[in-house]
Formats: sequence, C-alpha cells, structure tokens
Amino acid sequence: MATTALRRKQRPGKDRNLSAAPDPETPASRTPASKTAYKVTGIRILRSEWAKFWSLRSSWITLGVAVVLLILFGAIASYTYSPDAVATGGPPGPGSGGDSDAISLALTGVTFASLAIGVLGVLLSAGEYSTGMIRSTLAAVPRRLPVLWSKAAVIGPIALVLTTIGALAAFQLGTPGLDGENIALALGDDGVLRSLAGAGVYLGLVAVFGVALGVLIRSSAGAIAALVGVLLILPGLASLLPDSWYDTLSPYFPSNAGSAIYALHESSDALSPGAGLAVFAGWVALTLAGAAFRLARTDA
Amino acid sequence: MIEARELTKRYGDKTVVDHLSFTVKPGEVTGFLGPNGAGKSTTMRMIIGLDSPTEGSVTVNGRSYARHAAPLQEIGTLLEAKSVHPGRTAVNHLMALAHTHGIPRRRVEEVIELAGLTSVAGKRVGAFSLGMGQRLGIAAALLGDPGIVMLDEPVNGLDPEGVLWVRNLLRSLAEEGRAVMLSSHLMSETALIADHLVIIGRGRLLADTTVDDFVQDAGGAGVKVASTEARRLRSVLAGPDVTISSSTDEELLVTGRDAREIGAIAAQHGVPLYELTPQSVSLEAAFMDLTRDAVEYHSAPADTERKAA
Repeated sequence: MATTALRRKQRPGKDRNLSAAPDPETPASRTPASKTAYKVTGIRILRSEWAKFWSLRSSWITLGVAVVLLILFGAIASYTYSPDAVATGGPPGPGSGGDSDAISLALTGVTFASLAIGVLGVLLSAGEYSTGMIRSTLAAVPRRLPVLWSKAAVIGPIALVLTTIGALAAFQLGTPGLDGENIALALGDDGVLRSLAGAGVYLGLVAVFGVALGVLIRSSAGAIAALVGVLLILPGLASLLPDSWYDTLSPYFPSNAGSAIYALHESSDALSPGAGLAVFAGWVALTLAGAAFRLARTDA
Repeated sequence: MIEARELTKRYGDKTVVDHLSFTVKPGEVTGFLGPNGAGKSTTMRMIIGLDSPTEGSVTVNGRSYARHAAPLQEIGTLLEAKSVHPGRTAVNHLMALAHTHGIPRRRVEEVIELAGLTSVAGKRVGAFSLGMGQRLGIAAALLGDPGIVMLDEPVNGLDPEGVLWVRNLLRSLAEEGRAVMLSSHLMSETALIADHLVIIGRGRLLADTTVDDFVQDAGGAGVKVASTEARRLRSVLAGPDVTISSSTDEELLVTGRDAREIGAIAAQHGVPLYELTPQSVSLEAAFMDLTRDAVEYHSAPADTERKAA
C-alpha cells in the first residue's frame, strides 16, 4: 500500500519508530535528525527560478520571438536601405529618420524586441499571480524578497546574453546589404561593439523592468499595459508638453534614456550612453524597489 | 505543532477571523470545520504567512513560519485554490519547489509515486482533472517530509477511491507522529478521519473538542420503541428524567433510558416489542445546529418553498 511505502521510505533505519500506534514522542526523535538535511539558501532559490523559467513553453516562445524580431528587422532594414529613400521614413524605431547609420539600421528591431522581452519578464512574475503559483512559491520561500531578486537575476542575464548575440547576428547579417553604401561599418569599427552590447544591456534591463512591473501590478494584462505605456506611449504623450519642458525632460524618459545606451552617435538632444544607462537603470531600480515594497508588505 | 493565539484578520471593517485560538497537536488529525466563509482558508493562509494577521499570532513549531530555515520541512500545505502554473509539468512544478530547499529529485519521484501520479508526471498540469490537481497538491505538501501536514479541503474533487486514499494517508501520517490539520465543511467526512475538531463560524471559535465527545453529544436523541402494547409500555418505562412522546398509537420516542434498559424492562413486564432503535442525530445535523447562527449565506428552507408551491 502506498502509505506503508511512504513510511518505509521516509524513515530508513528507524525501526523503533515504525510502530503504527500514535506516539507523540516520535516526531521529537525524528524531526531534528532530518531537519539538518534541507535548507533554503539564496543559490537554491536562484536555481529554482532558473528551473521555473526554462520549464515553461511560453518562456522559450517569447524569448525566441524577441531574438527573431531583433535579427529579422535589423537584417531587413539593412538590406532595404537606400540613401534616397531615407527621407520618406521607414519602419519606426531608432533607425528611421535622416541620420541612419549601420548600427541604427541593424538595431531597428530593438523596439519590438523590447516589448517581447518586457512581456517575458512580466510573464515570469505576474504569471505566478494569475495562475496561483505564487502561493506555492511563497510557501517555499516565505521571506519573499529573495524570490524577486532571483527572478531579476535569472532573466536579466539570460535576456542580455541572448539579445546581444541577436544584435551581433543582425549586424553581421545586415552588413552585406550595406556593401558599398557610405554608411557601411565593420564589426571592428569604433563604437560598433559597444552599441551592439548596449542593445543587449538595454534589453536585459527591460526584462528586469518587466519582472518588477509584474510583481508591482500582479496582473499580466495590467503589467503589459504599463510596459507598453512606459516604453512606447509615454514619449509620444510627452510631446504634448510645452517645448521647453519637453526638451529638458525627454532625454530622461525610460525609453529615450534606454535608446541612448545603444546609439552609435551621441545626438545633441540625447544623453551619452553612460548617462543613458544610469538613467534607465535608475528607472528599473525604482520600479524594482516599488515591487519589493509591495511584495514584502502586502498579503499575497 | 501549530499554535494560534487570538488570531484576528480584518479586511476594512469586515472581520474574517476573530480572536481565534487553537492548537494542532502532533500524532493527531485535527479537523478544521466551518461553513463556507467561516475563515478557514484565511486562517490557513495566515499560518504559512501568505496573509499577515491584523492582531494576534500563529506559530508553527514554536516560530512564525517565515523564520524557519526549511519551511517545507516544518509544514506541508495544500491550499484550496490551485497554486500551480498550468504550463508546467507535474515533475517540473515539484522540482521548482524542491530546488529552493535542496530536496533531491529522488524525493520528488517518491511523492509522485505516493500520490499515484507516475503516469502523468510528464504532463502539463493545465490538462489535469480536479482530482489529479488535488493529488499533485498533496504530493507538494509531502515534498519536504514535513512534521505537520495542513490540507485545505483535500477531498474536494476526488473520486471515492481518492477519498479513501486521502483518509488512509492522513491516518498513517498522524500515526507516524505528525500533526495533521485538514479543513472541511463536511462534518460526516471529517468525523471519519479526525481525532480532534476545531469548529469555527464567522471567524470565531465555536467548539474545540474531540470527535468522540462531539459524537456522544450528538447521540442523545432518544430511542424509538414500537410495541403492540404501547400504552402499557409507556407506564412501565416512566420515571424521573424520562420523557416519552408518541407519534402513533404503537410508537414511542423515549429519552432518558437507553435501548438496553428499555429492552430489559419490556421483557420483565412481558411487553412485546417489534422495534427498538436508538435515534442518533446525524453529525451533519449537529454541526449545522452548532453553526446555524454563524452561517454566512443562509438559503431559504426548501420545505417552506415546497409548501408554498
């Protein structure tokens, strides 16, 4: 019978405790011995979050979509580039406008990839609330905050590494398409690697931003709406501000500060890559702090 | 051991759990009973720290749940609502929990086998039936080989074989010296499994008793006696503290004397009996009696509707 199997397996070598009669002394002698076996540690929580991430099909799909968008848009933008057509515009994103360079073309897909990556982060955290998994998670880790840090620490590097590879691939695939154009660049040229890695850093931070929004809002739909609002709609809405305000404030918007991280040429109305990184990381840290506060202080 | 002291939870001005104190002891199955909305789930959520009490406190083995180094080893929990990501397989779900404590894969396979989920271990949980979901929840509760097992409505959605399995499992866990706490709104089911009863209504403690005592209290409903000489029987049975009522010419309902006494007296006086039945109030009726004032949602009595129709 299953129950006898349980008893046998759980208490190997403790024959004196195998009597079936209720014996209040039994747990006292049994529990301390097994108590030393298990312990929750930071590394183990990280391990758990890592396993959770890769054991969901949606993680693979969303991550795949992000990388494919990044490569596809970048390569296509590079191949379809023609110096005369630039004025009529092209796909939205940092690549459009009159001042295209090989990097801005190769990174045309970053805007789209950022949405997919942000959604990935949201699914990792808010997905636990919408499915009820969070109750199991917090029962295993009742200290709670390590769960948030671990989610961020798992998804940030995963997104960073894979999207950096994606950005490199987009650039390399696009290079033949720009062959002979005067904007063509090689991988070894000044700032190229920094910009491509910058895109990866930006997307890694976006993933963490998604995780933080998910824990803060606790609903996938709500957090995705907030993500789209902050990354895409906020800069547009802000253009309603008086010009003088807009010029001062707009470089500090999350998405504008973020795109400064991976821009090849520092434009006059944007932050430097370093400052952009600092500002965007600040926004992410702020959201993360809000998420931590809500996670620690309110009922799950 | 779970100890709740003056445990209170308020949402706004609604008090869901109201100064509740009780103890769940090792080696016993404690039934945690109450009508829907009595505060059972909220109490269980407070025990494992998902909700924080407005007032009072609850400890698990002497400490608040979050202060344990390996909480899943102290107390394993099945909550009423599903607490699983439907996109993950049963194995992966349990592994994710096991990783946090350094519980080996071997133990995960063990609880899967114990819960009878071996054949569906690699299936995604979203495709599970209610009963399979319950079994997975119970497997998760046993994962850390905990000294306390706390289950919220564990037999919900289980088929009769599953119900029997849970009953035997909980009994054997208690016999191993673990503390077992299970909530239910079904008295009759709980009485079969539990030793001890904690009954609440509207968040307040209504009874903290043993099943035996509860059954005994519920049993005093008299003895039904049927005889062709009911009138004579009535006079020979009469005595102090004995009340006798009759519904028909040949039937009596006697309280104050048990069936054995009645049979002996009848034989002594040569009164023929053709029925002698101790009347027990059903446990369910006794439970409903106890919780009547504390039921959250009263339904209109069915028989008044029938009369009106």
